[in-house]
Amino acid sequence: MRTLRLTSFTLTSALGHGLKPTLSALRAQRTGLMHKHWETVDLDTCIGEVAGVDDFAVRKDLQYFDCRNNRLAQMAMEADGFAEAVRAAITRHGKRRVAVFLGTSTSGILSTEIAYRHRDAQGRLPASHNYSHTHNSYSVANFVRHYFDLEGPAFVVSTACSSSAKVFGSAQRMIEAGLIDAAIVGGVDSLCLTTLYGFNSLQLVSPNACRPFDTNRDGISIGEAAAFALVEDGAGAQPGDIVMSGIGESSDAYHMSSPHPEGLGARLAMQAALDMAGLKQEDIDYINLHGTSTPSNDAAEDKGVFALFGKHTPCSSTKGHTGHTLGAAGGAEAVICALALQNDFAPGGVNTQDIDPALQCQYLLANLDKPMRHALSNSFGFGGSNCSLILSKVAA
Amino acid sequence: MSDLRIYLDGIGLCGPGMNSWQSSVAELAGAAPVILTQTVLPAAQALPPAERRRVGVPIKLSMAVGFEAVRHAGADAANLAVVFSSTGGDCDNCHAILETLASDDRQLSPTRFHNSVHNAPSGYWGIATGSRAPSTSLCALDATFGAALLEAATQALASGEPCLLLAYDTAYPDPLYALRPIPFPFGVAMLLRPQPSAASLACLDISLTEEALSICADPVLESLRSSVPAARSLPLLQLLARGENGRVVIDYLEHLDMAIKLTLLPRSAP
Repeated sequence: MRTLRLTSFTLTSALGHGLKPTLSALRAQRTGLMHKHWETVDLDTCIGEVAGVDDFAVRKDLQYFDCRNNRLAQMAMEADGFAEAVRAAITRHGKRRVAVFLGTSTSGILSTEIAYRHRDAQGRLPASHNYSHTHNSYSVANFVRHYFDLEGPAFVVSTACSSSAKVFGSAQRMIEAGLIDAAIVGGVDSLCLTTLYGFNSLQLVSPNACRPFDTNRDGISIGEAAAFALVEDGAGAQPGDIVMSGIGESSDAYHMSSPHPEGLGARLAMQAALDMAGLKQEDIDYINLHGTSTPSNDAAEDKGVFALFGKHTPCSSTKGHTGHTLGAAGGAEAVICALALQNDFAPGGVNTQDIDPALQCQYLLANLDKPMRHALSNSFGFGGSNCSLILSKVAA
Repeated sequence: MSDLRIYLDGIGLCGPGMNSWQSSVAELAGAAPVILTQTVLPAAQALPPAERRRVGVPIKLSMAVGFEAVRHAGADAANLAVVFSSTGGDCDNCHAILETLASDDRQLSPTRFHNSVHNAPSGYWGIATGSRAPSTSLCALDATFGAALLEAATQALASGEPCLLLAYDTAYPDPLYALRPIPFPFGVAMLLRPQPSAASLACLDISLTEEALSICADPVLESLRSSVPAARSLPLLQLLARGENGRVVIDYLEHLDMAIKLTLLPRSAP
C-alpha cells in the first residue's frame, strides 16, 4: 500500500499539553488519572482531565464554535509546531488539497447537556446555544477546517472508540485516489455527562484508576484527549521519519456493547494491518493494546492478540496513563506509538499490579528499552468496530 | 477528466411519500406528483426479535434502504464493506438521554446509551448480516451524502471490492428541532463497484468542483433537498429515475461541491 508519512503530530491528554510532557510521563510511568469531582457529576470515579480546558479561549473569529471539545482541539493544535506544519503543507499543496478527517464520539454534546438544564418555561433551549457548531458530530472537523481556512474534503468518523484510528484509513485511500495531497487526521473527545453516566449504566466505570490486564481490573476510567497528525504521501519519508504502514479494519458482527469473546474481529483487523504493511508477526516490536480494563474487553483482546502473536511480542495498554479517551483513543495511541518508535522504548502499563494469570500476552509492567521499527496499535469500539494501525520508523 | 470513476449497481430509498426506490421512480422522474406524507419505516426484519424491539428510526431506515440496494444489485450483504453517514444519528434517543441527564435522576438506560453511538446502525447491520467487512460511520453536518459518496467511492477503488453507501438522516424532537429542523427521516443507499458488472446501472464520474449546485425543478422535491442533508442526493436520483445521461452538481461543503457525470449502462442482469 501507499504509506503515509506523519509529517507532524501532537497529543494533549491528562498527561500534559504536547509531546514533551507526554514522553516524560511515559518515561516516568506516571498516570494522569485522578479521583476527582468534575462538573456536576456525582459518580465515584477517576477521570483523565486535561488541565486548563475550562479557561482556554477559542480564536475570537471562531467564537461560534466555542465548546469544551473545540477548545481542547485548538489547545492541542497549537502545541509542538503542529499548526505551523499544517500551514507549510497548505503552502506546498494548496488549500483545496488538504483534507480534515477527525474522529470523535461525543463532539461538543456537553454544551447541549448544559443547555437542557436551562430550558425556558416553554421547553426551549437558550438562544445562545449553537447546535451545529458545537454538538453536531462534524463540529470539530468543521472547526479545524475553518481554523486553517481550508477548502478540501472533510468529515468526522464516529465509530465510538475506533473513530480516530479509522481516519488514517480515509486519508490513505483519498491520497491514493489522488484527491488530496495531505490530511489533518486524529481525534478529539472531551469529558461529558453522556459518556460518564452512560458507561456507568453499563457498569463499566471503575471507582479506581483503571488497571488494564490486572486480575482485579474492574472497569474503565474515562479521559479526554486531542491527538493530531499531519499525513502526506509516504514516498517522501526520510530515515527516522514515522510512517503509517498498515491499517486494518473489521467488524465483529456480534453484539452492540460486548466484543466477540474470542477476539475474532480484533484478529481480522490486526491481520489486515499486517497484510497491508507486508509485515510478519515477528516484525512487530510492540503492541499498544486497546486494553480498556474491563474484564471482558481485555480477555477478548488477549485471545485475539495471543492467537496471532503468541506470547513473545511485548504489549501494554496506555489507558492507565491517559484514561480511555474514547473517540480520541486511536489517535492518541498512534501518537504514543510514534513516540515509542522515535525513542526506542516500549512503554510499560501503569496502575496494573498483578497481571491476570488467565491472560497470555506478554504484558509489560515496566518500560522496555529496545530498538524499535514497527509498533501496532489496537482500537475497538461499540458496535463491533475494529481498527489496527501499524506505525513504522523508516530505516537509515 | 474526473477525479473518481465508479459503477452504480443498486439503489435503495426511503423518505416521505417514498417507500422504496422502485416505487418512487415515477415521482422522481416527474411523471407523477410528489406528496410528502410521513416516512413509513418497515420493521427491521433482519434482526433477531430481541434486538428488533430495541431499535429506533435510524436502524429501521438504514436497513430498509441498505437491503433494497443490495437486492437491486443482486449482491451479497454478508461480505460487504459499508459506509454509513448521518448528520445526527438517532435524534430521538439523543433527546431522551439529554432529558434524563438534565433531570434529578441521571440514571441512563444501558440500551439507550449503547444505541447512542453514531455507529449503532453499523453495529446492528453487522449483527443482521454477519458481515465482518470494514464499516465506517461519518458525519459532515449538511454533507451527509457527499461525505458518504467520497468515502464509499475511494473505499471501493482502494479495496477493489464493492462498497455500500448508506446515507440517512432523522429528525430531532423539540427543543433541538427548533435548532436543526429536519422535517422527515430520509435515507438513500447505493451499491458501488470499482469495475462494471452485469448488474451495473450506470457509471459515475465524480469530480470536486465549485460550480453552481443542481436543484430540483419540482418545488416539493426541492424543499426536501434543501432541508434534509441526505436528500442532497435527489438531483442524482432524478437523473437515474428519468433514465437520462447527464451531469449534476451535488452540495458537499463550503467552497467544495461534487460534480457527477452519469452515463447509463445497459443492464444485462435482471
